[in-house]
Amino acid sequence: MSGWEVVVGLEVHAELSTATKLFCGCPNRFGAEPNTLVCPVCLGLPGSLPVLNRRAVELAMRIGTALHCEIRPSRFHRKNYFYPDMPKDYQISQYDEPVNVDGYLELPGGKRIGIERAHIEEDTGKTTHLGGGGRIHDAERALVDYNRAGVPLVEIVSRPDVRGAEEARAYVGELRAVLVATGVSDGRMEEGSLRVDANVSVRREGSEGLGTRCEVKNLNSLRSLGRAIEHEAARQVALMEAGGEVLQETRHWNEDEGRTSSMRSKEESHDYRYFAEPDLVALVPDDELIAQAAADLPMLPADRRRRLAGLVAPAPEDVSVGVADQIATAVSLGLDDLVFASAALGADARLALARAANEAAQVPDAARVLDPAAFAALLGMEATGRLSATQSKSVLSEILVHGGDPAEVASGLGFEALGDDATEAAVAAVAAAHPEEWGRYLGGEEKLAQFLLGQVMRATKGKANGKAVAALLAARRQGDRA
Amino acid sequence: MRLSAAEVAHVARLARLELSAEDEERFAGQLSAILEHVETMRRLDTSGVEPLSHPADLRNVLRRDAPRPCLDREDALAAAPAAEGGRFAVPRVLGEEP
Amino acid sequence: MSAPTDHRGGSAGAGALATRIASAVRAGELSASEILGRALEGIAEHDGELHCFNLVTVAEARAAAEAVDRRVAAGEDPGPLAGVPVALKDNLCTRGVPTTCSSRILEGWVPPYDATVVSRLLAAGAVVVGKTNLDEFAMGSSTEHSAFGPTRNPWDLTRVPGGSSGGSAAAVAAGFVPVALGSDTGGSIRQPAALCGVVGVKPTYGVVSRFGLVAFASSLDQIGPLAASVEDAAVVLEVIGGHDEMDSTSLPLASPSCRDVLAEGVEGMRVGVLADMLADASPGCVGAVRAAAEALAAAGAMVEEVSVPELLHGLSAYYVVAPAEASSNLARYDGVRYGLRVEGEDVETMNARTRAAGFGPEVKRRVMLGTYALSAGYYEAYYGQAQRVRAVVARAFARAYERADVLLSPTSPSVAFPLGEKTADPLAMYLADLYTIPSNLAGHPAMSVPFAVGEGGLPVGVQVLAPALGEREMFRAGAVLEAAADPRGRAPVATGTRP
Ligand SMILES: [Mg+2]
Ligand SMILES: [Zn+2]
Repeated sequence: MSGWEVVVGLEVHAELSTATKLFCGCPNRFGAEPNTLVCPVCLGLPGSLPVLNRRAVELAMRIGTALHCEIRPSRFHRKNYFYPDMPKDYQISQYDEPVNVDGYLELPGGKRIGIERAHIEEDTGKTTHLGGGGRIHDAERALVDYNRAGVPLVEIVSRPDVRGAEEARAYVGELRAVLVATGVSDGRMEEGSLRVDANVSVRREGSEGLGTRCEVKNLNSLRSLGRAIEHEAARQVALMEAGGEVLQETRHWNEDEGRTSSMRSKEESHDYRYFAEPDLVALVPDDELIAQAAADLPMLPADRRRRLAGLVAPAPEDVSVGVADQIATAVSLGLDDLVFASAALGADARLALARAANEAAQVPDAARVLDPAAFAALLGMEATGRLSATQSKSVLSEILVHGGDPAEVASGLGFEALGDDATEAAVAAVAAAHPEEWGRYLGGEEKLAQFLLGQVMRATKGKANGKAVAALLAARRQGDRA
Repeated sequence: MRLSAAEVAHVARLARLELSAEDEERFAGQLSAILEHVETMRRLDTSGVEPLSHPADLRNVLRRDAPRPCLDREDALAAAPAAEGGRFAVPRVLGEEP
Repeated sequence: MSAPTDHRGGSAGAGALATRIASAVRAGELSASEILGRALEGIAEHDGELHCFNLVTVAEARAAAEAVDRRVAAGEDPGPLAGVPVALKDNLCTRGVPTTCSSRILEGWVPPYDATVVSRLLAAGAVVVGKTNLDEFAMGSSTEHSAFGPTRNPWDLTRVPGGSSGGSAAAVAAGFVPVALGSDTGGSIRQPAALCGVVGVKPTYGVVSRFGLVAFASSLDQIGPLAASVEDAAVVLEVIGGHDEMDSTSLPLASPSCRDVLAEGVEGMRVGVLADMLADASPGCVGAVRAAAEALAAAGAMVEEVSVPELLHGLSAYYVVAPAEASSNLARYDGVRYGLRVEGEDVETMNARTRAAGFGPEVKRRVMLGTYALSAGYYEAYYGQAQRVRAVVARAFARAYERADVLLSPTSPSVAFPLGEKTADPLAMYLADLYTIPSNLAGHPAMSVPFAVGEGGLPVGVQVLAPALGEREMFRAGAVLEAAADPRGRAPVATGTRP
């Protein structure tokens, strides 16, 4: 694969969190008994007509706003093709006049992925293929449930700015976070309320133009998204290195076989005969609708990461990769507010972030409701040497699970910082136990300080205050010099 | 515009209409005659004319996001040519959702 | 044989039958059940030869009539159509009553809901007697394209009643019912009204809700009344019209009330006679329009000839736009959820066999025509150009209405033609709608008023066209024409005989 660049564009379908479907009053709910959430409109009965759901429009404009899109006047079209799970045998979708265009999504690393469009459309029903061991082409018959038919979707189409499987996963993860944060969708991939198709192509490193792309479908998790892109890219590279050519086609990802296969769709299935939906009128977002969409839009993950970075580092360039990861973790788990609150109470922000992104991150639900005062107090005890780092972590895990006052929990666990005499004694004991290293240390090999400190901590089972010990060691060396 | 039987066959496939060879021939003749007449509209100068797709110039007709009663499943399936376990039953599906 | 005349409220055909029935029933002078009984008798006696009805809903009608009578007995007011027998074109959904669109493909389907216009009729006290025959899915101008056989013209059983609302027009012309509902996509109310000597009204697009009307071409379809009198048409329109939240294209307006303007006359009204629409019409039709123009002038209108040649290009645009929308609207008849299914080894084969067996030749022609016009490579040449022509037609109307309040033309180029005359030649059939199509493309109201007798002593209708929401001016002119009309040219007629 070396010498090749993997270019990916992503199409994400997200079900909007409305109470009812896009064009009728049937509940928008997952998991109900088959065909119990249907009416003349979403069953496509003769004579029925669609009426647009105001909330769906607001949510679609909301995600458009969060993705920095331009919101434009739009019109619904009919996409005509026959498929049994589509009640009218056409899908109502915003075609060449989508409501949101030209935005971007900022990834945790800071890279911006262009958003071409985010448009509203209706979902289809669900087809279950029976017989033939689940393989669609061998199936004997199919059963259709229309509960999902007419559920509102927003289809978010990225530009081919994504490079490789890793970045594709980051993009979908981030987009999911934004959808959830804005309340636009619940983002549940396992329930199919978030669905991803990947347009994958490869090109020689350094070359400008785009290679022929294949659209990979049936990606039901971030894991299969990554695997599918890696497999598909490898397939295309192998093909081209063998002097072959990539055909533009739609390919189906098979999770079990770990490979993509051509869906050999018929030529006419691409002739959708779009035309403006005559049963609906123009959608022209006015100030009221636009205000509605932007109303109480929460702070987005990218901004929260920026805000947190500002707290822990004076300048962006001071944010090491490690700290950036801690920031991303804290924000994605919603622990950034804990860091801010404890810092406001005097805790060391870096330390708070480290503990939040590591120990607290193990039990995020508990961490989100942890009393910032308790967290700040604990971090204070660690900073002043009242507790060692090891002890501090144990106390944190304890109060995350059972709650309680850090000081009491600490003493309950028998964590008493060693007194000065005891520390002196411990250092003396280590000096005696390791005469050779001790001599070389006094002789000027400062790097041995770490070894000796480690020995003292071990001897005192971590109860000694590292700073105090270090100071003591330094003093002894000075002393022997003098 | 003269439609060939082959073009009629293609259109019929798009429209999901099974046609016999005779049908294709007959429709080719009739559709060609109609298209010929339809093409007289090209004589009308429409340069600089904005297309009109709909007579009603309404905008933003929106519905409150409030649930309405659904059909009972029995009524939903009442007219189904074939049903199974509360679902509509169809023969096997070749080719997947576009 | 004699027409079932007695239930028409007395006077010889003319006058407001429905409104007279309603006031008699509301006053307790006549019972809805009596009225219904006579209507059912007439149908039982004569519909065998006419075939206006696909289905007569005797039981439902009796129940409705009795309910009306109970309300009157209880001192309540059943509404402006109390006890009035009404026939519905069989493409209007009726809860619990089969709705076939005269197509085999809807075999066995029973709508679980009423069309908005049906609920409004029932709420006004009307008694629905049955579902009337039409060209399959309203595609046609003779009612010969019905899977259940043609409807015959009460004036001459060897001739067509026009279409696609032929069953409704013939039912009113035969005196079975004083009023009926039809749908008009390119003239399907006005042309059969003209050929049967009754009044037919296509309202402004959006005035009457389309919810529950089985769609043919959504941007053109409008429901409207067919009636024995202009006043009855006005009353029915007021009942069925007005905003409906179930139809996104429904105008947010109250229903036009036109009954109160019928006596206003046309003093000072500017009337334009569409000269271009006289060129190819039969002498009888041309004569009727000229006489109508004189009648309006005599009543104080300012009449002038106007030339709007663009309107005649509407036909070509229509035969792209209507089939294009129809090809999509009729896709849902695929054998999966309701109606006919012809089995096949896979779902695509099942779809194609079902549609081949369920649709008649005219529907197939239009579905293929529309599919072709929208398909890759042809869209701009056909659908795109048709939409521009549609815009040109609308503009041409706008110019004409700067100089006129209403326009006048023949409704149809000819009187009722013999059964079978045009079935072999689709294009000839299409030309029957040449004068009615422009109003649908522009979304304007238009009505046909029976005005004279033409070739063969058959009725001739005159079309009054008005700009969007010009219903009141249109009805004023219509009322004057009705008063000046040749009584021999108007229904009801003695069934199966000539006047
Ligand atoms: Mg889509
Ligand atoms: Zn529904």
